[in-house]
Amino acid sequence: MIHADTEKLIFEQGRAGRVGVDVEGVCSLELDSALPEELRRGSLAGFPEVSEPEMVRHYTRLSQRNVGIDDTFYPLGSCTMKYNPCMNEAVAGMKGFAWLHPAMSQTETQHAFRILWELEQMLKEICGMDAFTLNPVAGAHGELTGLKVIRAAIRARGEKRDKVLIPTSAHGTNPASAMLAGFTPVNIEVNPDGSVNLEALEKVLDENVAAMMITNPSTLGLFETNIKKIADMLHAKGAFLYCDGANLNALVGITRPGDMGFDVIQTNTHKTFSTPHGGGGPGAGPVGVKSELVPFLPCPRIEKFDKEEYGKDLFVPVYGKQSIGRIHSYYGNFLVLLRAYVYLRTMGSRGLREVAEAAVLNANYLRVSLRDVGYRVAFDRPCMHECLLTDENMPKGVVTMDIAKRLIDKGFHPMTVYFPLTVHDAMLIEPTETETKETLDSYIQAMKEIMEEAKVTPELLHDAPHITPVQRVDDVEANRPKNLNLRWKG
Amino acid sequence: MLEKIGVKSVDELFGQIPESLRLKQPLNLPAPLPEMEVMALMEKFAKEGEIAASKTSFLGGGINRHYLPATISALISRGEFLTAYTPYQPEASQGTLQALYEFQTYIAMLSGMDVANASLYDGATATAEAVLMARRLNKKGNTVYVSRALHPHYRQVLPTYLNDIGVVISELPFDAKTGKTVYDVEQMKDALAVVVGYPNYFGVIEDLKAAREVATKVGALLISVTTEALSLAILKPPGEFGVDIFVGEGQSFGLPPSFGGPLLGLIATKDANVRNLPGRTIVRGKDKNEKTAFCISIVTREQHKWREKATSNICTNEALCATIAGMYLTAYGKTGLANLAKQNAVKAFRLREKLAKIPGVSFPFSGNTFNEFVMRTEHSAEYILEKMSAIYDIFGGIALSTHYPLHSADILVSVTEMNTDEDMDKFVHALRRILK
Repeated sequence: MIHADTEKLIFEQGRAGRVGVDVEGVCSLELDSALPEELRRGSLAGFPEVSEPEMVRHYTRLSQRNVGIDDTFYPLGSCTMKYNPCMNEAVAGMKGFAWLHPAMSQTETQHAFRILWELEQMLKEICGMDAFTLNPVAGAHGELTGLKVIRAAIRARGEKRDKVLIPTSAHGTNPASAMLAGFTPVNIEVNPDGSVNLEALEKVLDENVAAMMITNPSTLGLFETNIKKIADMLHAKGAFLYCDGANLNALVGITRPGDMGFDVIQTNTHKTFSTPHGGGGPGAGPVGVKSELVPFLPCPRIEKFDKEEYGKDLFVPVYGKQSIGRIHSYYGNFLVLLRAYVYLRTMGSRGLREVAEAAVLNANYLRVSLRDVGYRVAFDRPCMHECLLTDENMPKGVVTMDIAKRLIDKGFHPMTVYFPLTVHDAMLIEPTETETKETLDSYIQAMKEIMEEAKVTPELLHDAPHITPVQRVDDVEANRPKNLNLRWKG
Repeated sequence: MLEKIGVKSVDELFGQIPESLRLKQPLNLPAPLPEMEVMALMEKFAKEGEIAASKTSFLGGGINRHYLPATISALISRGEFLTAYTPYQPEASQGTLQALYEFQTYIAMLSGMDVANASLYDGATATAEAVLMARRLNKKGNTVYVSRALHPHYRQVLPTYLNDIGVVISELPFDAKTGKTVYDVEQMKDALAVVVGYPNYFGVIEDLKAAREVATKVGALLISVTTEALSLAILKPPGEFGVDIFVGEGQSFGLPPSFGGPLLGLIATKDANVRNLPGRTIVRGKDKNEKTAFCISIVTREQHKWREKATSNICTNEALCATIAGMYLTAYGKTGLANLAKQNAVKAFRLREKLAKIPGVSFPFSGNTFNEFVMRTEHSAEYILEKMSAIYDIFGGIALSTHYPLHSADILVSVTEMNTDEDMDKFVHALRRILK
């Protein structure tokens, strides 16, 4: 990131008559026959008129006011900002993938169906599930899909259950997805360490419970050691156990959600399987389920038929009768899934195991090192892929936000802050497996400096960041109804 | 590192995981391959696809073929855009935030609405979200009236989203002569919203003025759905007709067909409804020194704070695709984009004129179209399309029969700037031969 001055909005740049991509005009008589004037709009008022170099500079400058994992360490907890291999991008750009139209005849897109099918097989194996749908395009979309599948299964049993249990430490999309799926979310208090309180669970668990959603490892970076017990309790009452797979990176190749008793899991390719997050998507949120739920997965699903007469496997999109229906225009985010496929082909079983091992090793190294430079660790025992700090014993009124913003000055992206809500002013740090010890050490050094600054020059932290194109943004003021500005108006 | 942590092995760190749950053997996955071999494998796959991708194509139907200016791939591959997370830290994310704010402005201008959000998943889910939004705004009715001429996949996504929460879906028929939606106001009881394509799946430009009158009469919100976003550059914008919620598919703006994903869901509305917009919006505000700065807006609405009370569960959206759309619209600019849309309209018209001269070819719908139209022959659509593909290497269009059984001889033909005069002559020639 460079210290750039304000970049004007594109609508305030350029000059009348300038064009980027030149497109030939048409004969107005012909246009009138093609599309009568009364159906046509006036000119595109407000649209910019800029040259190609102006356009390129605008977006290049904007990019320089942004930070990605390609720039620096980006340890957002529960977001798994691992390195995104360049080969993923090279493959996604290939014409034979990018220019496939979903309405092409299926005999000509067999390779795409094969990739989707093979990806499903790999995900099944990694998660210990019986089938996957690849159609959901984001984690929350996967949550909604998984819950709808549960709902359909309950209906098929002839039952009526409308409660979904959600621990208070869960990501906010869990209750929002439950609502959207027509359930009533019920919050369950967790133990101080984020684990499920079995007594509390026992109390609310009845024949009205459809499912419980658990993030494992939790958003506090700890493994739910009672998971099998919880699964048994739910299953005994006929309820399903849902796994929010946001933190799957800690488990790959070590243990499988399916073996723990989870009936459904949504994965996030943009977390665990190295696909880029793009400033907030596109992602992909494949959902895996156990056998009872398979018939209800969204359609289409890709099935493989071994047909002698074709001389090779045939892959066909199928539309199951009991399916919850379509949840996306086509097959989901194919080019994102393709990147995940490429990633998995480079990893293999041992590679994935090493991912989890290095991710957990890195997180624990940070946990101990940051503790040793004076930060309060929420749980002083081995964590999984992320470690959790609080600002409880920071000197001179320094709070989590100050630390986060000061990290930007030191060249790092902040950690996840103020989440989970169950810990006071949380700082959730997930280094991932792709960071070197040198990077971790320089981050620890920065955190050490910040701790020193907190004692000596706390105003430096309260006012941070200092070197960014803009300083602390007043989002409360920006969100007041009278100020709300969601578009340029000229 | 182990020493610092105070453990003897990495394995010890996994002590929280009960032994009984640990994998006892390696996962059964394909053996890992080095980069060079994976690339060779993927190139082999891609080669199969290139044959299809290189054919002359008239495929559309919600996934549109448009030329991608070289600037876009060059700029969007910048790691600062590509590998950033959701812009939760505005000071380190002004690039993504400003690009999305500009995108919102573009979509608002194109749709003629007051405000747009920073993207939804795709056109189909955007339509479902629009109905959910209408439900928050209109407490009177519980039935959504959906045009049968709306994209079939969009109509299929609606019940998936709405069935579990008790919204009733009722379909509105279309006129077999014009291809436009017909409304029987007397029958439209308990109306929550009216959903109509603009243009619709047949490429026909619906009469939004009539739709507005109907919606008002029955007390419903009007939702218009545009699956070919480029049409917005030439057609009267939905906002001019008083549409309450505009939704669309923005794939036309810089995204290749991508086998149907990633796509780009568009949604825009009137100022009064802004607090009910689903998904994320970006706001222009100030930093503490009064300098212009952008940040994620209306955070109070988002799930982080409101959890089950949030207006939607959408978190990750299609931000990079929205950034691409902004680049695309900037690259073409005011005159370029208008000319591009005109060219599409004129080219589609030219092909239609040429086809009209072939004996046995007709056009079932009389309604005006933009760059897509329905063609009818005396044979089944499948038969014609199969011959075209097998013998002439042309994807001639999409058979309507899958979703409209009565239209077994009808083919949806899409013409864009990528179709040359030679392409069209090839199409005409092929069809003449097949029909002979």
